[in-house]
Amino acid sequence: MNLHAVGVVYRKELREWLRDRRTLISTVLVPLLAFPILISGMISLSAVLIGGAKKEVPKIMIIHGEDSPAVVDALKANREIEVVPFAANWQDQISEKQIRAAVEIPEGFQASLDKGTPQIIQIHYYEGELKSEFGAEHVEKSLKAYRDDLVKKRLEAKNLPDSLIAPFDTKQHNVAPPEKVGGASIGSMIGYMVIILSMTGAIYPAIDLTAGEKERGTMETILSSPVSRLDLVLGKFLLVFSASLTTAILSVTSMGLSFAYMGHALSNSANTSGAGIHMNLGLTSVVAVFLMALPLSVLFSAVLMTVALFAKTYKEAQSYLTPMTFIVVIPAVASVLPGVELNPKLALIPILNTSLICKEIITGTYHWGSIAIIFASTCVYAAAAIFMAVKTFQRESVLFRS
Amino acid sequence: MIDARGLSKRFQDKKRGEIRAVDNVSFQCQPGKIYGLLGANGAGKTTTLRMLATILEPTDGTAIVASYDVIDHPEKVRANIGFLSTATALYPRLTAQEMVEYFGRLNGLDEHTLKKRIDDIFSRLDMNSFRDRRCDKLSTGMKQKTSIARTLVHDPPVMIFDEPTTGLDVMTARTIIGFIADCRDRGKTVIFSTHIMSEVERLCDHIGIIHGGKLLEEGTLSELRAKHNEHNLEEIIVKVVGPLANAEA
Repeated sequence: MNLHAVGVVYRKELREWLRDRRTLISTVLVPLLAFPILISGMISLSAVLIGGAKKEVPKIMIIHGEDSPAVVDALKANREIEVVPFAANWQDQISEKQIRAAVEIPEGFQASLDKGTPQIIQIHYYEGELKSEFGAEHVEKSLKAYRDDLVKKRLEAKNLPDSLIAPFDTKQHNVAPPEKVGGASIGSMIGYMVIILSMTGAIYPAIDLTAGEKERGTMETILSSPVSRLDLVLGKFLLVFSASLTTAILSVTSMGLSFAYMGHALSNSANTSGAGIHMNLGLTSVVAVFLMALPLSVLFSAVLMTVALFAKTYKEAQSYLTPMTFIVVIPAVASVLPGVELNPKLALIPILNTSLICKEIITGTYHWGSIAIIFASTCVYAAAAIFMAVKTFQRESVLFRS
Repeated sequence: MIDARGLSKRFQDKKRGEIRAVDNVSFQCQPGKIYGLLGANGAGKTTTLRMLATILEPTDGTAIVASYDVIDHPEKVRANIGFLSTATALYPRLTAQEMVEYFGRLNGLDEHTLKKRIDDIFSRLDMNSFRDRRCDKLSTGMKQKTSIARTLVHDPPVMIFDEPTTGLDVMTARTIIGFIADCRDRGKTVIFSTHIMSEVERLCDHIGIIHGGKLLEEGTLSELRAKHNEHNLEEIIVKVVGPLANAEA
């Protein structure tokens, strides 16, 4: 291996890469802008939707209840809902969003209450429809308040204390640090995104430097130079790897900043309801995720180059690499699924293992044994992929496929 | 000097089975001379020249190029040749100067020598007006000149041209022909393949006629004319290749 030659090839490829708009868009612009746009879009959309739904006073219909005026009056007294007159097509009206929910009071409800016979009041609503769910929530709150008041009066009538029906209470207390709470919720996504984007960043340079060269007719030009095929592949590989890393670094930076912004925005909006959301990621965790993603990035770069080299044109290479995206996405998605935990067998499955360990690292859990196995196994796969790329580059049947 | 010794190249084809693209071809090219390799499409010219340039490895036989064996020292062979064909394109996003610099560096030239060589070649080929223009913005003639500069930058003793004027306009083709003649005058060993008989008659000191991967006839132009009692080179080729071509048909 001639390091000088590798460096010359790398510098030339870098210069060409920096002048190529297509690869710059996929490597730099997409990861930089994707997250801020996605996050700010999500925040704005949810603010508009939730805010709008909360502002609305839902129209509620009462079914029956003519013989139970007390509960009807309690509902009507609630300013957060608007009780509308009964109509037989109440179900259609909920579906068509003319009313948000309907309360069905059983016949003889009041009489049964007086007798002490248990009753069920049904609240009809449209699941998945935010405003309908809010309406049902208001109705339920109102009915619970009415029930509590009723219980209190009955206890008072019999001179019994309130504690008779609630002898003790429970309260939850979180001991996890705020950053780990945030990490648990977004940790799986960080690893997933780093993996997907480090591959995305490598795709276009990998095609451009192999099938692209064949299509442009520069492959024969470079093969007639004294540079060895090994040095040529390594120079090209380093560029694809650089592109992959650049995309991963930019995407994580952009994602970190976007999450920080989202956390800040959500904390501010949550102040009113009393809940706080922390989305701070530790620098150590982010660096550790990068280190784990490094050999995977090498693996992607080498495999993508090898596969793209079989193609004669840019378009053909794209058709080869598109199915490969699914091969990467499937294990990456599997790691995000609830209940998929790292175990010795999964630690040897490339992509899935890195994605799972990243999930743990982000939440501040460092299982050094697993980390070592995953890092080492991915390094072995990456070395094998580079070897395969070099060997493929030496095959005349691939380089001059007709 | 080029000394091809029983060069052979076989390819495997899924439909046609084994294909003998070049079959036991031997010839010699001397310094200061131009060797013309003639033949129809698919005769084996490009494969022969690619083997001499070490882009392809011979299945059998070998060749000595600039004192190096193409099998044992392919990188040293490539450091001593300039290879130009219509298939050797330029990097579109590099400028003409960057393109030539790249190949100079790959050939191990130091920065001082590289600069001197580039200045000299660019002046000689009248390329200074477009040296900083990207290759994808160059005209066909400018591209050919840049390709020539790329092959010359390391001053190789052996030049290999594979149909260098195919598809070019008259003026650009003239530049290439002039350049090939100049290489001979500078004492370089030159081999080139072409379909254009006027180029052969004008340039070649020695001619080889190849067909079906085999070298069928070899000699100087006057030797071939005398042997076949025919002045027209095209007719000579038809006489040599014709019986075989008719048998194949």
